[in-house]
Amino acid sequence: MSTALRCAGLGHRYGRGIWGLRDCNLDVPAGSVVALVGPNGSGKTTLMSMAAGLLPASTGTVETAGGAPAQRLGRIGFVAQDAPLWPRLRVADVLEIGRCMNGGFDTVLASERIQRLAIRPRARISALSGGARAQVALTLVLAKKPELFLLDEPMANLDPLARRDFLGSMFEACTETGATVLYSSHAVAELERICDYLIVLRTGQVRLAGDIDKLRQQHRVICGPDGWPDGGGWQVISQRSTAGRATALVRCDNGAAITGPGLQDAAPTFDELVLGYLDGGAAALPEEALA
Amino acid sequence: MFRVDTGSGVPIYRQLVQQVRRDVMLGRLRPGDQLPSVKEVVDSLSVNPNTVVKAFSELEHQGLVVRRQGIGTFVAASPSMTSVPVAPRLLGSLARWVDRARQDGLTPEQIRMLLEVALDEPAASQGDRRAAGGVA
Repeated sequence: MSTALRCAGLGHRYGRGIWGLRDCNLDVPAGSVVALVGPNGSGKTTLMSMAAGLLPASTGTVETAGGAPAQRLGRIGFVAQDAPLWPRLRVADVLEIGRCMNGGFDTVLASERIQRLAIRPRARISALSGGARAQVALTLVLAKKPELFLLDEPMANLDPLARRDFLGSMFEACTETGATVLYSSHAVAELERICDYLIVLRTGQVRLAGDIDKLRQQHRVICGPDGWPDGGGWQVISQRSTAGRATALVRCDNGAAITGPGLQDAAPTFDELVLGYLDGGAAALPEEALA
Repeated sequence: MFRVDTGSGVPIYRQLVQQVRRDVMLGRLRPGDQLPSVKEVVDSLSVNPNTVVKAFSELEHQGLVVRRQGIGTFVAASPSMTSVPVAPRLLGSLARWVDRARQDGLTPEQIRMLLEVALDEPAASQGDRRAAGGVA
C-alpha cells in the first residue's frame, strides 16, 4: 500500500525557542482517514503546516504524495483552523479564485454545494456566520479534489446537520478518488466514526500512531486492587485510582489477556485508548513513533 | 438496518458484522437478500467508508455474504451459520427466563449484565467478584 504522508525525524523549532514538533516518524497509508489528536500546543497545527509546505523543517524530512510538499501543492488541500478567507470578497469571487488557481477545480461541485447549503454567492465573507464561512472554505478544498486533505479542526464551527453534510461530502471524495484525510479535532467522541487511523501527539512528539482497529487489539483496560500494575512486567500507558481500585490502560502486543487475582480485563473503548495516551506519564515511547 | 454505538469496547466494523450475523441467525435476513451498499451505509451512519468496506469483507470472509461486482452484496445461499439454526425451544426458554427476571424487577441493563456474567463466568459464585468491581 502506498504512503500518503511520510515523516522521518521531522522537527520544527520556533526561532531559537521551543520545538513545535520533534523527532516525528510517520508512515500514513494512502486512503486512510487519520485522526490527529493532542492537547493545545502539542504540535497538530505545526505538523499540518509542514505537510502543507507552509512551514520549513528544522530537522528531518516530510513527503506528501511521494514528494516534498512544496512540489505537490496541486495535490494537497489544506483548511487551516478557523477557515481564514478574505473577509471583503464575495463568496462567488472566492470560488472564482479557487478555479483560477487550481487546475481541475470542479466548478459544478462548488456551486452546487454552495447552493445546497443556502449560502448566497453575492454575500461577502465578512457577512457570513462562522459555520457558513467554514463551509465555503471546505467547499473550496472539496472542489480542488486533492489526494491529501489536511483539515485543522474543520467542524469546530458547524452545527450537527452541517457536520453530517460535510462528512458525507468528505467520505464521497475518499471513495471516489481514494483520497487520504488528516483530520485534527478535540472532539474525541466523534472521531471513532470518522477515522480509521490514529495519531496522538503530546508536547510535540508522536505518542501513538497506527490503524485504530489494530491498536485496540493491542491494548487492554485492566481494573484491579490498588497497586496491581506495579512490577507486573506489562507496559502500563496510564493509570488512575479510585476507591481502592486501580484502572490502567495496558499495552500487550500479542493480544493475550492479562489475568491475575481480582483483575478484570476489558477491551478499551476508543476514548479510553486516546485519553490513556493523552494522559499517560511523560516517558517517551520511541518504538511507537515507528509503528 | 444498521446502528452503531460509539464509545463501546466493540469496534464499529465488528458491530456491523455482528448485526448482520444476528439478523441472519434470526432469519430476518434470508439467503439472496441484498445488503445496503457501502455508500448507503456511509450516508445513513456518517461512518468512514473504509470501516464499512472492512465489515463487508469480513462478512464475505466468514462466508455469510457474497459480493457480485457492480451489482451488490447478498446474503449467501447457504450461510455457514444457518446450518445450525437457533432452536425455537431455546429462544422460548430464554424469553421465559427474561419474563421472570422482569417480574423480579430487574431492568434491561441488569438482565444484560447477568447474561454477560453467565457467559463469561459460568460458575455463578465467581460472578460476585466481577460485579463488585464492574459497577463504576
